[in-house]
Amino acid sequence: MTGAGVRRAGVLAAVAVACALPLFVSNFRLFQFTQVGIYAIALLGLNVLTGFNGQISLGHGAFYALGAYTTAIMIDKWSVPYGWTIPVAGFLCLVVGFLFGIPALRLEGLYLALATFALALAIPQILKYFEHWTGGSQGIVLSKPKAPFGLKLSPDQWLYFVTLAVLLVLFWLGANLLRGRTGRAIVAIRDNPIAAQAMGVNNALYKSLTFGVSAAYTGVAGALSALAIAFVAPDAFNVFLSITLLVGIVIGGLASITGAVFGALFIQFVPNWAQDISKAAPWAIYGIFLILFMYAMPRGIAGSLRLAWVRLARARAGTGRAG
Amino acid sequence: MDIFVQQVVSGLSTGGIYGSLALALVMIYQATDVVNYAQGEMAMFSTYLAWTMINAGLPYWVAFFATLTVAFVGGLLIERVVIRPVERAPLLTIVIVCIGLLVILNSVAGWIYSYIQKPFPSPFPEKPIQIGNVFFGAHDIGALGVTLVVLLFLYVFFRYTTLGLAMRAAAQNPTSSRLCGIRVGWMLGVGWGLAALVGAVAGMMVAPVVFLDPNMMAGILIYAFASATLGGFTSPLGAVVGGLLVGVIENLVGTYVSFIVTELKLTVALAVILIVLVVKPSGLFGRVAVHRV
Amino acid sequence: MALLEVEGLEAQYGWTKVLHGLAFAVEEGGITTILGANGAGKTTTLRAVCGMVKTAGEVRFDGHRIAGRATEDIVRLGIAHVPEGRGTFMQLTVEENLRLGAYARRGRGTLAGDLRRVVEYFPVLGERRGQIAGSLSGGEQQMLAVARALMLRPRLLLLDEPSLGLAPLVVREIFRIVRAINREERVAVLLVEQNAAMALDLADHAYLLETGRVVMSGPAGDLKKDDAIRRSYLGY
Repeated sequence: MTGAGVRRAGVLAAVAVACALPLFVSNFRLFQFTQVGIYAIALLGLNVLTGFNGQISLGHGAFYALGAYTTAIMIDKWSVPYGWTIPVAGFLCLVVGFLFGIPALRLEGLYLALATFALALAIPQILKYFEHWTGGSQGIVLSKPKAPFGLKLSPDQWLYFVTLAVLLVLFWLGANLLRGRTGRAIVAIRDNPIAAQAMGVNNALYKSLTFGVSAAYTGVAGALSALAIAFVAPDAFNVFLSITLLVGIVIGGLASITGAVFGALFIQFVPNWAQDISKAAPWAIYGIFLILFMYAMPRGIAGSLRLAWVRLARARAGTGRAG
Repeated sequence: MDIFVQQVVSGLSTGGIYGSLALALVMIYQATDVVNYAQGEMAMFSTYLAWTMINAGLPYWVAFFATLTVAFVGGLLIERVVIRPVERAPLLTIVIVCIGLLVILNSVAGWIYSYIQKPFPSPFPEKPIQIGNVFFGAHDIGALGVTLVVLLFLYVFFRYTTLGLAMRAAAQNPTSSRLCGIRVGWMLGVGWGLAALVGAVAGMMVAPVVFLDPNMMAGILIYAFASATLGGFTSPLGAVVGGLLVGVIENLVGTYVSFIVTELKLTVALAVILIVLVVKPSGLFGRVAVHRV
Repeated sequence: MALLEVEGLEAQYGWTKVLHGLAFAVEEGGITTILGANGAGKTTTLRAVCGMVKTAGEVRFDGHRIAGRATEDIVRLGIAHVPEGRGTFMQLTVEENLRLGAYARRGRGTLAGDLRRVVEYFPVLGERRGQIAGSLSGGEQQMLAVARALMLRPRLLLLDEPSLGLAPLVVREIFRIVRAINREERVAVLLVEQNAAMALDLADHAYLLETGRVVMSGPAGDLKKDDAIRRSYLGY
């Protein structure tokens, strides 16, 4: 079976399992998997920017927060139906991300990381400052949307399917984008910006657009999380969120679409396992997990799978090669 | 005017601490392109070790130098044991390892010593020092002095000793260094050791002021980032000067600008970072990287 | 027994194999040259000797096996490598570059004497002692690179394309100095060059490399007279 064939089969199998999941897990577990889906969308967003395009962002929590608060404010203040808030959140983040991408053009590697890091640190304070809109430290409480058309689904189950649907659409769009000309241009800018420009790629436009798209994905994830948790508060969007997202894409695998899913599974479940192992110092266990993971899979889970696949292919073809 | 001078000196003192930690960051960044996010936690942990020794009855300065030694060895071992396996891995992989280290150190410190704040002694007298009409805190002046002495030692070491030269070479050009017989891996280890040592000094000088607790260095680390950004991440001198400037700016803004509430404590650091990055990303002393095609 | 003996040397970058079983030798105090076009694997050969790439095969220096050992350790045995591109420490001064060359010989108290000797061969370096190496001209940097290698007091000097990017007059001067070093200091030289004419004038022994294999070898004089070599590599 070819690589593409295996990949397609794997994706179909995973989607099938995902659809069947609500049948055999508890509501709470399902909620956790909804969160995995949300993280996966956010991680794909960050990965497009950092993995594929080489722009390191330590501040994507800001877009997550923007998406979440957009949804929360629209529902709380203007009673907008929750379904509409998701694309609005995405579009708003697209624009803000694009605008942010413009000054970011001047900053390379470390400096961009610093700027986004500073942004991430400022988010909770900014949110608390605009109390009138954001509800300050108390935050905004929402109610979980119920399944429409009288479907026999609990709110958790309904939200799970909504998240799954959004995830599939966004991943499909993302895969098409990244496997085509645009994707190649984005990667070319990461690998050799001067050569890319010399070949006619408009670096500035692509980099800003990538920032925008990346922000949009993360914003949609934020919007979904506001619905799933039914609550937003400034301290949930502190610098740890941004760092967690970064951990997610590196563990999952940079420049990989499936990596986003692996990373999401890691950042959702491993902290819980760490807590099970040690109540006294759970983060120490988490830290050890992080380090051991990086030793074993320096290019992330997706990267290691890719490497294993290549080695397998070479071993099979090896006997026929000349010298 | 008196208040102004007082605040400047006080600012220089905290600035020296920011500058030390910034120097530690820049040292490792220059050699490896990696920002060691765990630098603050390493300093915090070293300070706790000092606290343990002092509590066990050791005189302050004995504990001080013992801590420096332990910090140096610890930093060296961390590089050789924890970082080495991912030395050739992609940059972000090493960053995640540093984050892992950060989290482990913070959590273990909290577990061993609890999260309750503890007082940490200052080796300097309580009585303020009077120069002319102005009173200066003895700790402020003392901490500044200790910091400057440590930095002077480092400067002499790097500029005038063979080992220092070899370390500079290993940081700038590892391949050519190997061709000179320099064991580049161990040079990196010594670099981390020295960075940890400098961090430990910073921790022990700041603990009497902010009290010892596992999250003590978080805010200071951010100010260290601001200092390194202002001075230029590619310049050790810049890190120190940047630190001193940030310390003074922070103090003066805190004294003279009324709406900076303690809740917005980090605002000065963040503002410095963003302003520098907008105006001149390479900082005061940093070199702009020229890319040869 | 030759000073450097290489048998069945293979080397690869990642998945790509570049050397396919080389065999050559450098005699004590002799000058051997490896010729070949771009991409033949000349630079890789020198890097393989120094342990800078993944290798398989036998490499023996003074009878000791050095294949698989770390670069720093191989250098300490007395092999100095002037790499492609010179490998100058651009941000350090000329004198600091030279001091680093002698790093492996720390504690043998001859630094001042070594510096003097090296400046005798390359007076221009004496004049520019305190200057930042990056500000030197191409030719001066090449001289600095050779001088740095000399500071090691090596028994074997590996030179990777010293003529690259330099004016003919400068190249001739450098080759003249290399010959002097070989004679006076009894340093064996393994020279990798694209400039076949000058290399064959300097060397005793020559090997011709094509896509990672030795296709011809012999005394330099013989190769110089060979028709095929004349046409392909000497241009007449």
